[in-house]
Amino acid sequence: MLEITGLCAGVDGKEILRGIDLSVGPGEVHAIMGPNGSGKSTLAGVLAGRPEFDVTSGAIQYQGQDLLEMEPEDRAREGVFLAFQYPVEIPGVNNAYLLKAALNEVRKHRGEQELDAMDFMTLVKKQLGVLQMNADLLNRPVNDGFSGGEKKRNEILQMAVLEPKLAILDETDSGLDIDALKIVSNGVNTLRSPERSTIIVTHYQRLLNYIVPDVVHVLLGGRIVKSGGKDLALELEAKGYSWISGAAAEVRV
Amino acid sequence: MTEASAAYDGYQADFERLQGGADAAGVPAAVISLRQDAMAHFSRLGFPTTRLEDWRFTNVAPIASRAYALGNPAEIDGAQAGRLLVPDLPGPRLVFVNGRFAPSLSSVGAVPAGVEVRSLGDTLAAGLEGVAPHLVSLAGVPEQPFSALNTAFLQDGALIKVAEGVVLDAPVQVLFVSTAQGEAVVTHPRVLVIAEANSQFGVIESYAGLRDAEYFTNAVTEIDAGAGSVVTHAKVLRESLQAYHVASLQARLDRSAVVTSTSVTLGGALVRNDVGAVLNGEGAECTLNGLYVAGRNQLIDNHTTIDHASPHCDSHELYKGILDGDGRAVFNGKIIVRLDAQKTDAKQSNKALLLSERAQVNTKPQLEILADDVKCTHGATVGQLDNDALFYLRARGLGLEHARRMLIDAFATDVLDRLGYAPLRTQLDRALLERLPAAADEVPA
Repeated sequence: MLEITGLCAGVDGKEILRGIDLSVGPGEVHAIMGPNGSGKSTLAGVLAGRPEFDVTSGAIQYQGQDLLEMEPEDRAREGVFLAFQYPVEIPGVNNAYLLKAALNEVRKHRGEQELDAMDFMTLVKKQLGVLQMNADLLNRPVNDGFSGGEKKRNEILQMAVLEPKLAILDETDSGLDIDALKIVSNGVNTLRSPERSTIIVTHYQRLLNYIVPDVVHVLLGGRIVKSGGKDLALELEAKGYSWISGAAAEVRV
Repeated sequence: MTEASAAYDGYQADFERLQGGADAAGVPAAVISLRQDAMAHFSRLGFPTTRLEDWRFTNVAPIASRAYALGNPAEIDGAQAGRLLVPDLPGPRLVFVNGRFAPSLSSVGAVPAGVEVRSLGDTLAAGLEGVAPHLVSLAGVPEQPFSALNTAFLQDGALIKVAEGVVLDAPVQVLFVSTAQGEAVVTHPRVLVIAEANSQFGVIESYAGLRDAEYFTNAVTEIDAGAGSVVTHAKVLRESLQAYHVASLQARLDRSAVVTSTSVTLGGALVRNDVGAVLNGEGAECTLNGLYVAGRNQLIDNHTTIDHASPHCDSHELYKGILDGDGRAVFNGKIIVRLDAQKTDAKQSNKALLLSERAQVNTKPQLEILADDVKCTHGATVGQLDNDALFYLRARGLGLEHARRMLIDAFATDVLDRLGYAPLRTQLDRALLERLPAAADEVPA
């Protein structure tokens, strides 16, 4: 599904990612954990094609294609979905209108027929039911005036409607109260399937109580310094990152 | 100077023909005299120069240096006019071609008793009685050279008069079409709107050129809103991109009158919209909105003046501009609050979206507040498309061009929402998207 090798990237000449190797198979859920400034969001941004990040070396193969050669919109149409850490407020653009436009771009790309307003609403209502969300967000401007929880729920709704093959959740749990956290993780769990891979970028272990990952990676100083099973997250929660920092220092020497 | 004098000589010669030629036969003496006075004012004032504060950023030399002759009557077919009118609005329609009323393209239909929707030319043939004391009372002929020039050539136009208490369901559409194809012609469109007490109706005033040609439109609109009347006005400017358009819209609001005017400027090489409103009775409320697109070498200048002459009046202004290429825009928003206009609530906002590095906007709020218990706020912002929003849309699968257009459209949407008529909004939304440039090279990928 996704094969990252030797990825180095930065912004404004400052190197942030210093050689990432990561392999995510179909249906797998990977959690990437790390303290602030370790490069988690940079990795998520590079995968989605955020223009301000410069990739200096390394490669990313996504379903056999060179992901780095693709425009952000082409990545999205090929099934890459980034749930933003800070979803952007877009006053003047109706949320349902954007969702329909996005879905139809994806459908066009897949060679499927575009949905009209009626079929679209039927599909969205179905997804809302699955996610146990109500429709109140649909007729508001995109993220404009949304609470933090509403913004994250909206990202999950978009994900459910667009049905990506690779979902990247960038700190989707940050700032959520426990109810919102449950709704969001319920959404992700519902969408879990043998074809859909998920990368969860998070600062805290809390989300992983609800979404159980297959693999946990620890990102420190722009490198993955440790990988393990779901128990690694618990260990991090108990001991913090410092014990690994020491280990990483040894590795670096 | 010699070019300018050629232009003046041209206007003078046309004026003498108008006043003394075959066209003058049967014209009431009051109309002849009204024109005469106006021409005297124009001759005295001359065209404005950039030395005048109100014209600092707008050089009318291209207009002043050429002798524009009065346009000739012409015919266009119904389908051409039909495309420029707003569909699905069943109200009365007055169509003017090169400034002259075109009865065959117009339809007034059945209007309630006490409503006049007709050619001003027909009315003037019987003298000024039908339009006194409203006509010319607001246009500022002694101070405004372009209004003086318009009045000097007063010949035709639209008259909309709605009697006390009458409500019109569908708005009146007034369309001025130019057939110019390069000959230097000028038209002086005139619209007079008289809203008697407690009447309620809408007016959509449109200007369009059939060809991409240079010509000059010099328009004056007066709206006299009686006590408790509600007038919703829209001005749609789709002149040729080589045309010059100078227009003055002046409104007077009596007690508790509500006037909303929304202008959408999509055409014209040089456009000057002067919009003025006098809040002349307690509780009056005036809303002025504007949306303009300036690309290529266009200059779009909106000057508004809201005169709070009575207490407890509200005014709201929202102007938004989309500038691209070498486009330039000027916004000057003057708010006067007179000494006894206590409890005034005036809000003004001007926002510009710059899509190129060469585009320019000059924006200036101008507040003259003499009363001491008032709320006046103003704000101006100039910005570019939000790169984070662009990326967000692209990350959802929208192509760069699609994303840009969605964001530009979103910027314009709150002004379009204020137009008041859904079919007009739909038509202008489409016209706006057609006018927008394709992805400019300045936009970061």
